[in-house]
Amino acid sequence: MSEAITRKIDRSQMQVSDEVAISITNMNKWYGTFHVLRDINLTVHQGERIVIAGPSGSGKSTLIRCINRLEEHQAGQIIVDGVELTSDIKNIDKVRSEVGMVFQHFNLFPHLTVLENCTLAPIWVRKVPKKQAEATAMHFLEKVKIPEQANKYPGQLSGGQQQRVAIARSLCMQPRIMLFDEPTSALDPEMIKEVLDTMIELAEEGMTMLCVTHEMGFAQAVANRVIFMDQGQIVEQNNPHDFFNNPKSERTKLFLSQILGH
Amino acid sequence: MSELHAETVPFVRETMLPPAPPPTQEAGAVRWLRTNLFSGPVNSALTILGLLIVWFLVNHFWNWFAHSVWNAGSLSECRQIIIDRWGEGSTGACWAVVRERWMQFTFGFYPSGLYWRPTMAFGLLFVALAPVLFSESRKIRRIVLLTAAVLTLSAMAVLGAPTHWFIFAAVIFIGATVIAEQNPGRLLIFSLLFPFLGVWWLWGGSLWGPIMALVGPVLGWVAYRLLGRFSPILAGIGMILVPLLWWIFLAGDAARDAENLASLAIPAVASDRFGGFLLSITIGLSGIALSLPLGIVLALARRSDMFLVKTLAVMFIEFIRGVPLIALLFVASLLLNYFMPPGTNFDIILRVIIMVTVFAAAYMAEVIRGGLAALPKGQYEAADALGLDYWKAQRLIILPQALKISIPGIVSTFIGMFKDTTLVTFVGLYDPLKSMSDAVRASTDWKGIYWEPYIFVGLIFFIICFGMSRYSMYLERRLQREHR
Repeated sequence: MSEAITRKIDRSQMQVSDEVAISITNMNKWYGTFHVLRDINLTVHQGERIVIAGPSGSGKSTLIRCINRLEEHQAGQIIVDGVELTSDIKNIDKVRSEVGMVFQHFNLFPHLTVLENCTLAPIWVRKVPKKQAEATAMHFLEKVKIPEQANKYPGQLSGGQQQRVAIARSLCMQPRIMLFDEPTSALDPEMIKEVLDTMIELAEEGMTMLCVTHEMGFAQAVANRVIFMDQGQIVEQNNPHDFFNNPKSERTKLFLSQILGH
Repeated sequence: MSELHAETVPFVRETMLPPAPPPTQEAGAVRWLRTNLFSGPVNSALTILGLLIVWFLVNHFWNWFAHSVWNAGSLSECRQIIIDRWGEGSTGACWAVVRERWMQFTFGFYPSGLYWRPTMAFGLLFVALAPVLFSESRKIRRIVLLTAAVLTLSAMAVLGAPTHWFIFAAVIFIGATVIAEQNPGRLLIFSLLFPFLGVWWLWGGSLWGPIMALVGPVLGWVAYRLLGRFSPILAGIGMILVPLLWWIFLAGDAARDAENLASLAIPAVASDRFGGFLLSITIGLSGIALSLPLGIVLALARRSDMFLVKTLAVMFIEFIRGVPLIALLFVASLLLNYFMPPGTNFDIILRVIIMVTVFAAAYMAEVIRGGLAALPKGQYEAADALGLDYWKAQRLIILPQALKISIPGIVSTFIGMFKDTTLVTFVGLYDPLKSMSDAVRASTDWKGIYWEPYIFVGLIFFIICFGMSRYSMYLERRLQREHR
């Protein structure tokens, strides 16, 4: 797993500030009668990089989807960047424009070119003039190293390229927080590295990140906290060194032995 | 060495193979026949059976069709010519009826001195459609605009249009062609005005009527802006209610007063003079233009999270789809007046257009709902995650994709609705198929002629519907985004 990370990580910019980016207290969520998230408490500081791991069905995707209200929580409190998520649409839109999200299946807009994918939200949500939005989009496309694909359609790109466009699309909104929902799970092994490299670069620039991922190499390299979830609750959280070398809970040990065992 | 041994020896490829051309196929036509018509005993038998049926039909109708007469004043004259030319007992088609009654099939009982008006409206329709239907290809747009210009202007000249209207049409065509070269988007203004101008050209009367009708949406917009400060729901209601109240209670008087102050009238033509393809195209086009937006709104409403909106949409769609169109047309012609304030004279064609629109919109809504359902959930989530609100997400992300998926179904609904316009014969309007051919047969000259008018009208319908179908295929190809 960790061979995907080949670059030397520059941790100089990766400072964690005291400013709280996300604070979740006593949050609970049900799908019908199924209790998916149970009593979640989590505080994320600006500049922190958190990796959320856990077996499938443990609620890790649901947790980060609650942070930009793609899922609604039924009890407890989620405050993102000082704005509490309630059913108030104004607050939701405010949070969503500050929080970028990258999905497992990219979810690019197939009817728009790569450039249009990147400029759409800035133009229509942030009201940025088209020229300026295009300049910003090209800047971020260069950053994810595919400026030459700007006028192609997503269907013409490889999976890895599509995911990098999706990252660029989120960055164009200049978010303060980035959520990654298993960004490499749908990719061929050969393409995982290019996406992880892009994410590492982001981390180096001090972006606040929450990643649901099975890439434990990535977790070891860039995370400053790893959260292990099972059955809808946070079972263990620790810095990556202690998490991988000295896990406390039996459940964590079992999980790690299963995914790192071969 | 055994085969097995050869396969177990380690192998390393030294040079990569370059791509090679595919093997040459068997010769084209023979191969095509073999694979498509005679691939097996059943297929061969079916092919022969098919050929026999075709031969039987052609054999049966060929004589009739070959003995066509295009120049005659009446059916009996036609028959005489056939007998003179091909001998006693021979039969033949008498297309002379089409030639003689062409105008009637086209315009119904529209005053013949004013034929140029619907002609001009129909020609300028293509100017209105150019930015909507042919926005992508400059070449196609040029061909459409120039063909429409040449045909319309020559038809107007033949039909004796007044000089100033002839110049007007020519100026619009030339202006539109020039503007379309630079920025076809600007023609959209004409597209928006066209419904009002078209109504004026077709029905005549005072221009103040359409102008006052146009004031409705403007008032709606003003109401939306004013009420929007208080609450978005109130603004939405005001946006719909204010124009309705204006149209029902004030627009008529306002138009009359304005006409008295400054007359902008051309000779009026009553709705019962409309007929033939003029009527079909008027109803069909209005229905197409109105049912698509209404269908979109209904489809979105049916997928809405709001219980009341959703229930109303479901009830509306299911009710309309469950009732025959003829029943709705009867409601339009007989019952609707009961619900109107006394003294309002609600035009019969307008009533029929409303019913046809509502009927097509219910089908349209289901077609579009299919397109919406086909979109992956991720598209909605991505739009949400980027902070787009509901309407922006629908307009920019969801509908462009859903409508593209739905194109075949949408066009099918259009085609079905256009053909259904012939049903207006049941409420006393002169549709081209039944009423017009009856009207033609009512004269002693053409009494007893059945096949020719039906075939002619059917052919025209086929041409229009086939055109729509081809356009939809062109559109699908144009919007193809994958693997391009």
